[in-house]
Amino acid sequence: MNPIIDGVQKAFQLIFSGDPTFYGVVYRSLFFSGVATILAALWGTPIAMLIGLREFRGKTLVKSFFNTMIGMPTVALGLILYLVFSKAGPLGPLGLLYTPAAIMLGEAVLVTPLIISITTNAIEAVDPEMMNLARTLGASESQTSIAILKEAMNGVILGNIAGFNRAVAELGVALLVGGGILGATDVLTTDISLYTQRGDLGLAIAFAIILLLIVFGINLIIMLAKKAKILLTFGRSPQ
Amino acid sequence: MVALVELKNLSKSFSDRTVLDNITLQIEEGEILALLGPNGSGKTTLLKILAFLEKPTGGEVTFQGVPVTAKNVEQLRLQSAMVFQRTMMFSTSVYNNVAYGLRMRKMPKTVIKEEVSKALSLVKLEGFEQRSAKNLSGGEQQRVALARALVLKTKLLLLDEPTANLDPKNAAIVEDVIATANRELKTTIVIATHNMFQAKTLPNRIALINDGVISEVGEPSEIFSRLSKNLASFAAVDNTFVGTAETTADGTTIVDIGNGVRIEATAQRSGEISIFISPQDIILSKSAVTSSARNVFKGRITSIIESGSLVKLTVDVGQPFAVQITKRSFSEMGLNLGSEVYIAFKASGVQVV
Repeated sequence: MNPIIDGVQKAFQLIFSGDPTFYGVVYRSLFFSGVATILAALWGTPIAMLIGLREFRGKTLVKSFFNTMIGMPTVALGLILYLVFSKAGPLGPLGLLYTPAAIMLGEAVLVTPLIISITTNAIEAVDPEMMNLARTLGASESQTSIAILKEAMNGVILGNIAGFNRAVAELGVALLVGGGILGATDVLTTDISLYTQRGDLGLAIAFAIILLLIVFGINLIIMLAKKAKILLTFGRSPQ
Repeated sequence: MVALVELKNLSKSFSDRTVLDNITLQIEEGEILALLGPNGSGKTTLLKILAFLEKPTGGEVTFQGVPVTAKNVEQLRLQSAMVFQRTMMFSTSVYNNVAYGLRMRKMPKTVIKEEVSKALSLVKLEGFEQRSAKNLSGGEQQRVALARALVLKTKLLLLDEPTANLDPKNAAIVEDVIATANRELKTTIVIATHNMFQAKTLPNRIALINDGVISEVGEPSEIFSRLSKNLASFAAVDNTFVGTAETTADGTTIVDIGNGVRIEATAQRSGEISIFISPQDIILSKSAVTSSARNVFKGRITSIIESGSLVKLTVDVGQPFAVQITKRSFSEMGLNLGSEVYIAFKASGVQVV
């Protein structure tokens, strides 16, 4: 049988099979990328606020550093993180290599520059006089920053979604620091790679279709949300 | 009267540009003070210093006798509120916009609800609570901005060109609210304006500011009657002309403002006087129309500036006249740069300043 048709058939069989092994992989992919994105947002957003709201020497340099880091090959970052997490590495004693924690941390590092760059741009696009508006209405400096962040919310959300997209679709980090251990650290991308190497193209294609559906699904939601202006009114009040 | 704010030898520079130079000024409790000056004279910067948003480069600012320092500035900001010339709305509902400052002050929800509703009715925007602020018209947004500041009941209210971009209807509402706030809440108000007409009617005192220097401070009647050289230099203000007046046999006055432009006015004056014609009082037409207007001039459009629902035109009839028309009229008349047009205004519309 044609391996492509076979793949497509297998994909739909898997989706509707309720096979726990398959759903485990999908769940891990979404969960690891989700946690990674949240981690990256947690430390990336404050950094973006500092870059976007303050004037300091070397600001352009810092911004172009993060812009460049967006293009970091995932395999190269995976290798660096492997060295960091490996027994002889600085975080070796934590024993994180080939655990879900390593994947989540690694993907968080991977998507941090993307989230910082998009969030910074969104913050810088807000009218700078907005800060004075918040201040004159009685906001403290931290409340002022939060007000600006709320005005930039569309861009912030976009940055986080882009981050999630990159995390869920990347292979290098997940493979090198996660090891693709079946049932433990394997995700959609590592399984695609594994089954392709094994010559089980049907399964590989099935996983690829699922991955594409996830990515398309997310983008579709963004588009629909934009149309419905949900994003525009996001954040009930600028506190 | 007690001074609410005192500025002593205040100066402000941005890198090598001096914006405010050696300003000494007292703002008295309960007054409306107008800062009258052309664009770029330093009015906005002075307001920002009074709002404790900008730090002066030199001199001293005291609020109720307390010197402003880096330590107490956030606390002092709670006593003053500024409404900016460019209206800015938070991307949320009208209610949340007006409630913002009250939330910052940790007011209870029930109080916030009550105060927001009062403030909105003051600016005649009852029922607008749940509307998206950014979808309102320019005039409505400016009124929300005013309500957002007024709701805080600060001692000091700073207004930067509050009616500059508004149509007459919205401008009238805003001026009314300003007067009410001063009268009923006893709010001390400082208005930056380049609109002489506004400066003449609203404030208790006027400070003339030009090139970062305050040249005169006094009551409007005092400032306008004493035809000082300072006022003449304010010709940069729209439709203000200095000319020689002669009374006519009909009991009106002809003012020769140079370049062959002679304007008829109802006020009886002679000698050198300054006159002002509000851009809203000028009627624009494409051909000479027979009307009761005593002043009709033919000229060409030399500049077109859109602001909100209005279009500001400059018509050169030998002297440049600023004319304000609605965007709709502008497009219906099919006007362009260089279009030949007629301007007309009544002799009674000419104000002697």
